[in-house]
Amino acid sequence: MNATSCTTTSCGESASTGEIDASGRLPLLVLFGHAAFWLLVSSAFGFIASLKFHAPNLLSDCASMTYGRVHAAASLAFTYGFAIQAGLGVGLWIIASLGRSRVSQPLLIAFGAKLWNLGVLLGVIGVLAGGSTGFDYLEMPRYSAVLLFIASLIIGVWSVITLHNRSERPLQPSQWFLIAALFWFPWIFSTARLLLVVCPVRGVTQSVIAWWYAANLNLVWLALVGLATTFYFMPRLMNKPLHSRPLALFAFWTLILFASWSGIPSSAPLPAWMPAISAIATVLTIIPVLAVVMNVFQTCGRGCSQTENPTPGKFIAFGVMAFVVSWLMNVVAALPMVSPITNFTWFTVAQAQLNSYGFFAMTMFGAIYYILPRVTGIEWPCPKSARAHYWLAALGIILVAAPLAIGGVLQGLKLNSPAVFADSTKAMLPFLRASTTGELLIALGHLLFALNLTGLVIRLAKAKCLPAFATATAQLKTAGVKS
Amino acid sequence: MNYGPFVFLAAFFALSASWFGLVLTPQIQIGRSQQATNIVNTAEMYPQARPGLAHQGQEVYRANNCAACHSQQVGQTGIVVDVVLTEAGTNFNALAEVLKKVDATATAAGLAGGLPKTVVKGVTMDTAEELAKAIKTAGAKAETHLVSTGPDMARGWGARRTVAQDFLYDYPVMLGARRVGPDLANVGTRLPDANWHLTHLYAPRAAVSGSAMPSYRFLFETRKISGAPSPAALQLAKEFAPADGFEIVPKPEARQLVAYLLSLHADTPLYEAPMSAPVAPKPTASAK
Repeated sequence: MNATSCTTTSCGESASTGEIDASGRLPLLVLFGHAAFWLLVSSAFGFIASLKFHAPNLLSDCASMTYGRVHAAASLAFTYGFAIQAGLGVGLWIIASLGRSRVSQPLLIAFGAKLWNLGVLLGVIGVLAGGSTGFDYLEMPRYSAVLLFIASLIIGVWSVITLHNRSERPLQPSQWFLIAALFWFPWIFSTARLLLVVCPVRGVTQSVIAWWYAANLNLVWLALVGLATTFYFMPRLMNKPLHSRPLALFAFWTLILFASWSGIPSSAPLPAWMPAISAIATVLTIIPVLAVVMNVFQTCGRGCSQTENPTPGKFIAFGVMAFVVSWLMNVVAALPMVSPITNFTWFTVAQAQLNSYGFFAMTMFGAIYYILPRVTGIEWPCPKSARAHYWLAALGIILVAAPLAIGGVLQGLKLNSPAVFADSTKAMLPFLRASTTGELLIALGHLLFALNLTGLVIRLAKAKCLPAFATATAQLKTAGVKS
Repeated sequence: MNYGPFVFLAAFFALSASWFGLVLTPQIQIGRSQQATNIVNTAEMYPQARPGLAHQGQEVYRANNCAACHSQQVGQTGIVVDVVLTEAGTNFNALAEVLKKVDATATAAGLAGGLPKTVVKGVTMDTAEELAKAIKTAGAKAETHLVSTGPDMARGWGARRTVAQDFLYDYPVMLGARRVGPDLANVGTRLPDANWHLTHLYAPRAAVSGSAMPSYRFLFETRKISGAPSPAALQLAKEFAPADGFEIVPKPEARQLVAYLLSLHADTPLYEAPMSAPVAPKPTASAK
């Protein structure tokens, strides 16, 4: 069927694995290298923000180091600097690798990635300087958002062209997820920016759009890319096919259908149908979660036979577990009996962290540990540090999410009794301290990851530059001898 | 399965459904709301735009992302009615008979003074109206007061729930998602003293012991006193005060922020969110 449906125009010639990997080297190095950098930045800002709970007078003379700004800068650096950037890189590699086609216009994609990073940099600086727009996940000032939008278009368009040039015509589940993610990000981002910043809508309609964007970014986009990665790597690492494609397709449809409507809290001062429909949609997201669980369980259930380096597999397995837990937390928090308790508390923060870090970031780490040695042809300088990174990150995120979730419920119960408000703050303090410890572990893991990545780049530079330098000097010498 | 365009189109429709539902429809339903005369018993327009200084203060609130810790939305779980006796009339015996139904201790002699007096608290609308009617028949006068219930109300964070109308003129609308600090929807009513707010911003623990709020010293200037001390300088307790010969003076940003905080009072009785708890006198917007 392949051969007959394949015309010469729509079908790139099949490339070897080595060629495919080499074609993505430059853009992927740019994307992953910068992602690691932003991870460190976000850890540093996150740590400063966290310290304010223990020493509220810290850095209080410096406007740009105030809690609100640092907190927003950490969130921007993590979401746009790391999560989306790593997601775009991993997605590009999966598209090229599944379609058996070379990455189209790697130079242009690398340029897009640079532009993206300029946007993130300006955004973080702008927020620290007080230029925040005041909407969660959209805090970056206008000049930064324009760059991010153009960059996402450049990377997205040439990722889709890479997909279009595939020589392996049948589409795999991972590819459906990535197609949807690639066009959905520019759409939600441009809609939200236009209606919130460029020509703002009136009153609480702003909040509805901001919530819609946040849910579609954190639940839909991250899940689309994260699950694409899981569905690609799980079978590949275990050397067996995915249990069921129809089940993956079912998870895909229900995910985009229901999760895209979630995100409006029950307390919102809005016409009642909006929080109500959003709560219903959130509860229904249990369907894609169950479909993913069944598929993963059935694929793994037949005995895991891992042959290669186990670290990427560990990261991805942790990611799936965190996905299930965080999405179930989200479902439970949307139930009418529970939402008045968890609303406004740290429970929602724990859920968001478990989703964006425990699920998405962990999955991305696994993928990057797998992809970079193949793309560069160079092994990680220190495999032990990758294992240490896994344990630090896994323990760290559990230490962040578990105390915040438990403390959040206690805080919510206090907020729902006529107790003095200060009681709810005091009840939270020991839990916040525990989560700061978790953040430190995570930051340490990031440091190991960044060092390992730097080591790999140095090795690559040596491997590529030294021979080139040697030939150049050799030529010079022969030329010198001649003259 | 070689349905690239099909997958794309179907994903397009599935995702755009949420765009229609949560971007377009809210805009059609509430995006064009106008100032309206829906205040109970008056013809005033609601809401009014914030005065200039408070408007600037909103920019300070936005720039420093205060909404990361403070929500600006309160909820209520229900509404109950209090019946308040305002005039006892002349027929004390008849009135006492009526009141005995709700308060066994009511006597004709006890009715002479202490008006207005709440005779029954937290009943349903029907019960309250019935009682008010009976009181009227006995020749006295009574009012029914609507009281919102719920933990937010019990904490004194508001007199009614916040509604979409309250935020009509705000940009950006900063409803907040976390209550690391208290809700601010009615902070202007609850804490009307501008100087208290300035002290609280400079040294939170000087105003609220054990507060977890970071201090906002960058909104203030530490000045050497030359000549007479500035009348605007903060009056601080010893442990928070600057070194001798220095004073703490709020920068314009601090004044603007306080003006904004004082302008926060979503407590106008609306038909969609009625209430009749006595409205506290509204503080003036200027924070001087």
